[in-house]
Amino acid sequence: MQWETVIGLEIHAQLATKSKIFSGAATAYGAEPNTQACAVDLGFPGVLPVLNEEAVRMAVKLGLAIDAKITPRSVFARKNYFYPDLPKGYQISQYDLPVVGLGRLDIEVDGVSKTIGVTRAHLEEDAGKSLHEDFHGASGIDLNRAGTPLLEIVSEPDMRSAKEAVAYMKKLHSLVRYLEICDGNMQEGSFRCDANVSVRPKGESKFGTRCEIKNLNSFRFVEKAINFEVERQIEIIENGGTITQETRLYDSVKDETRSMRSKEEANDYRYFPDPDLLPLDIAPEFIEQVRGSLPELPDAKRARFQSQYGLSDYDSAVLTASRELADYYEAVAKLAASDAKLCANWVMGELSGKLNEDGLEIGQSKVSAAQLAGMIQRISDDTISGKIAKQVFETLWHEGGTADEIIEKQGLKQITDTSAIEGIIDGIIAANPEQLAQYRAGKDKLFGFFVGQAMKATQGKANPAQLNELLKKKLQ
Amino acid sequence: MSLSAEEVHKIAWLARLAITPDQVDAYARDLSSILGFVEQMNAVDTADVMPMAHPQDLSQRLRPDLVSETDQRELFQSIAPKVEAGLYLVPKVIE
Repeated sequence: MQWETVIGLEIHAQLATKSKIFSGAATAYGAEPNTQACAVDLGFPGVLPVLNEEAVRMAVKLGLAIDAKITPRSVFARKNYFYPDLPKGYQISQYDLPVVGLGRLDIEVDGVSKTIGVTRAHLEEDAGKSLHEDFHGASGIDLNRAGTPLLEIVSEPDMRSAKEAVAYMKKLHSLVRYLEICDGNMQEGSFRCDANVSVRPKGESKFGTRCEIKNLNSFRFVEKAINFEVERQIEIIENGGTITQETRLYDSVKDETRSMRSKEEANDYRYFPDPDLLPLDIAPEFIEQVRGSLPELPDAKRARFQSQYGLSDYDSAVLTASRELADYYEAVAKLAASDAKLCANWVMGELSGKLNEDGLEIGQSKVSAAQLAGMIQRISDDTISGKIAKQVFETLWHEGGTADEIIEKQGLKQITDTSAIEGIIDGIIAANPEQLAQYRAGKDKLFGFFVGQAMKATQGKANPAQLNELLKKKLQ
Repeated sequence: MSLSAEEVHKIAWLARLAITPDQVDAYARDLSSILGFVEQMNAVDTADVMPMAHPQDLSQRLRPDLVSETDQRELFQSIAPKVEAGLYLVPKVIE
């Protein structure tokens, strides 16, 4: 039988505020345990939560960026459950009136566009962290993360493959970073995902029973976990079994999902409006003020890169994948004031390669936009060839400096003087009579030999186009 | 509305309350009567009434995003039964 996969994602984006969602404690990552957990975060008696304006602004930003309706009056609710890293015995979240209503996000898989519905996005507080190792049979609790603002973004069950799910997640990841509402650091858990996965016979309109895979913290794991889960469900059904609705955990070492049975019976959260918090009213003026502060978004930037720089759709997509990369490219193109495509090639090629090799983000690049632009100018004005430029780039990357200094110091200036190149060619022809005879007898392949000899004699500095032309003439 | 013994046990479990078997009947009776009291409101036609999230007709005040709290770990942990390496220690919980 042909099966269809149905996927919906719940993404938790940690909002990049300085202080917590309901208290004035810091949110900085990596502090000593419990040094950033105040009386409100610890749930001490008598404390009251006060909502962080910036968290609201960030939620509205996301809402506007996905064409969603902003709820004029949303409500905070208590989600009740017991766990040691949740000191109050409830998590403050939103239930039937989330701050962001129905929106949409366009994704692209293998060149095909698709719109994925975003059901809602709501504000909530994060819980603390439980550490299970090394405490003589006890668990250690760090409540620094308790009260950190999260935006939970829930999609419609609109995705039909693991690839689409990853494309959606990547698009949202890029978007929250463009909006500067989340640092997107997946290792630190700032951007994490739960996937609801089910299968149904192709053509069936009713959904199958779904399983929820918790806490996927990399794009690769999302893809692998979904693929595993789909295979698992199909196998069960094809063997005459039925799927049990449950929460599962992905084990990246064994590459499998497994049941988290203990979570099941606790799934009765008894939500009710939090009496400590009043309804959140968002005025139209506030929304318009946020709208006015939105940066150029990825899709608009991509379209502009095509029209303004004449880049292909593919190049534009690569360069606008992150705001930092797009800014870097634009700085190079502006400073080099030359061939925009040449700039794109260097940013996507040599530079991205080096960043990958050294495991660096664009913001940590060892070659600045100004340094790269300076070098590209020397390619454009024929001071150096593209091949020599790679050598210059290596030096820029490892030793710094400017392209001009490196070209000067290493004597890399291209030889464009026709008579100088002719002199070198004459010498090579004279030294290799045998090859010359063979070439003239029709062994065309030997042309490459002469080019190689000339480049060797000039340490690669002869202008390649000129050399080719002059060689052709001389060899005839 | 009449609660079964099973429902009483579930409610007690969700609230992490220990109840003895001889208390179940009394709880079932009392809770049922509270629910019955609330149920009377179902008789009112609320079609035109906006659901109320809070008894006060005010809206949430917002606070600027500023770090105003200092580290008071030592003070907070002075009343904790067990701490180690800055962490609160609790009976082992693991999935």
